[in-house]
Amino acid sequence: MALLEIEDLKVTFKTADGDVNAVNGVSFGIDAGETLAIVGESGSGKSQTAFATMGILAQNGRATGSAMFDGRDLLTMKQRDLNKIRSRDIAMIFQDPMTSLNPYLRISDQMAEVLQIHKGMSKRNAVREAAIMLDAVKIPDAKNRITMYPHEFSGGMRQRIMIAMSLLCQPKLLIADEPTTALDVTVQAQIMDVLSDLRRDLGTAVILITHDLGVVAGFCDRTLVMYGGQVMEEAETGALFKTPTHPYTKGLLRAVPRLDRDDAALQTIAGEPPDMSRLPVGCPFSPRCDVVMDHCPTVRPPLETEGNRRRACHLSADEVTS
Amino acid sequence: MLSFIARRLAVAIPTLLILVVLSFVLMYAAPGGPFNSERPLPPAVLANIEAKYGLDQPFWKQIANYVVGVVTQFDFGPSFQYKDRSVNDIIAQGFPVTLTYGAWSFVVAAVVGISLGAAAAIKQNSWLDYMAVGFTIGAQVLPNFVMAPILVLIFTLWLGWLPGGGWNGGQWENLILPVIALSTSYMASIARITRSSMLEVLNTNFIRTAQAKGLSPSRVIFRHALKPAMLPVLSYLGPTFVFMITGSVVIDIFFSTGGIGRFFVDSAFNRDYSVIMGITILVGSMTILFNLLVDVLYAWIDPKIRY
Repeated sequence: MALLEIEDLKVTFKTADGDVNAVNGVSFGIDAGETLAIVGESGSGKSQTAFATMGILAQNGRATGSAMFDGRDLLTMKQRDLNKIRSRDIAMIFQDPMTSLNPYLRISDQMAEVLQIHKGMSKRNAVREAAIMLDAVKIPDAKNRITMYPHEFSGGMRQRIMIAMSLLCQPKLLIADEPTTALDVTVQAQIMDVLSDLRRDLGTAVILITHDLGVVAGFCDRTLVMYGGQVMEEAETGALFKTPTHPYTKGLLRAVPRLDRDDAALQTIAGEPPDMSRLPVGCPFSPRCDVVMDHCPTVRPPLETEGNRRRACHLSADEVTS
Repeated sequence: MLSFIARRLAVAIPTLLILVVLSFVLMYAAPGGPFNSERPLPPAVLANIEAKYGLDQPFWKQIANYVVGVVTQFDFGPSFQYKDRSVNDIIAQGFPVTLTYGAWSFVVAAVVGISLGAAAAIKQNSWLDYMAVGFTIGAQVLPNFVMAPILVLIFTLWLGWLPGGGWNGGQWENLILPVIALSTSYMASIARITRSSMLEVLNTNFIRTAQAKGLSPSRVIFRHALKPAMLPVLSYLGPTFVFMITGSVVIDIFFSTGGIGRFFVDSAFNRDYSVIMGITILVGSMTILFNLLVDVLYAWIDPKIRY
């Protein structure tokens, strides 16, 4: 049985210009200990999918569908019950480590309260435990530095602190929302190393949200490609990279800069990211697709399972790959 | 931190001196004097009186004498208007009154304003929020010189519940109306600032982190949001407290409370130089003191601020 099973998730924001659908019927599952990547460009709905799962959508947002975790639906759960799951069973780290920690509280206080609340630990034990975790994410001199404030750490260190804090209760699932986007390339590699070590040691399942396909290739068992709030394609990572069977996945992979080839210019996908308030009724990618057909903008292709792969395209897999 | 406080207090001395000199120059430059009246005094009498109060001395000497008297003996001089009463007497009599109703007004304005603003932000776009916003707009457009007579009309003349004026040693019946009249518009400003500041904090990433950690809503508010949300409110509260405890001429006139707000305005009309100076120095020192206090509190709340 899947650890988390998301079914027909829709996220809608009420705005002054009318409703905006950020996520349009997304379904996927993740098993215990598995790593799943969700990739897509900005505005594809990948972060909102995660926020909806954690129940931390912005005030004007609403989520429908279901997100079953341990046989219970996270979307309809009372906040009191959800709070028992957050951080203890499902933890999350965010895109911007510079602003994700509370600048007015010591690291020790911010980390210890997780253990105090979820495990009923005393403050002293909680701080000791937190220092051990900081050690594990390779913060030097963790025992003394734990009483410092966030502004006394660099961006990379803050993200490591976030990782340490999220794993304090050894959750079954960690949702990492673009954990390396705001960081230097060298620091990115360190963060991914830390994450991958801890993941292996603790057996945590990870949903990694990113637009960095390089990170995905080295880290994730399976990859889900999103566009315009919908799933375009999902497959085992190796297979997806080797033979993408969706025009959007193909375009994404073509756009990855390669050092081993001597291309004159970077490849891009023509057109602009979709305007979520004016999506076509059919395939959201149709305005930018280079193999678009007449009925693509008006008929939404269903997400169909073909072997180990799921894809939503009117063309067959063979037609796309050839 | 201690050296910061010491430095700030040291800077306060020249600041106050500049305040004294400027006020002195302004009074001196204004036409007329304390002993001009519709029926001119005989020149010999006027000269005598001016000699008594030292007004015949050259300008620089008047300032010097004044400053020396204040610094060495804490003597703010005699009132020019009330015979037999020194400025010290007037302040000693009026300031406790102002301090009492001012401090109460401050407490009411701060406690109600902050609670209302925070509650409105937490329940944004609820009926509570709309009521709070409506109240703040209403309270801010209603000046206290309009509100004071309305209060007297309702609670004294129609209902007969409370006295319409007088001080009576600061009995609570005498306090209620002045406190309501003085605190309401400040309360509205505090609520408005708290609301917008709290809304801003509630939309930050670190609050989202706190929610994702599974903290209860009250813990998110009190432990994670309240401190940062208080920073802008605090910088408003410092000067507000000084305004409130140093008196309101409107309150003193409408409720005959006898605070220094009334004396301050009267002294300006009467060219009662020493009373003007005394109260100016009082307000100036308070302002310096409470701005310092706000800065110290800032450093206490925000770990990024270190002096």
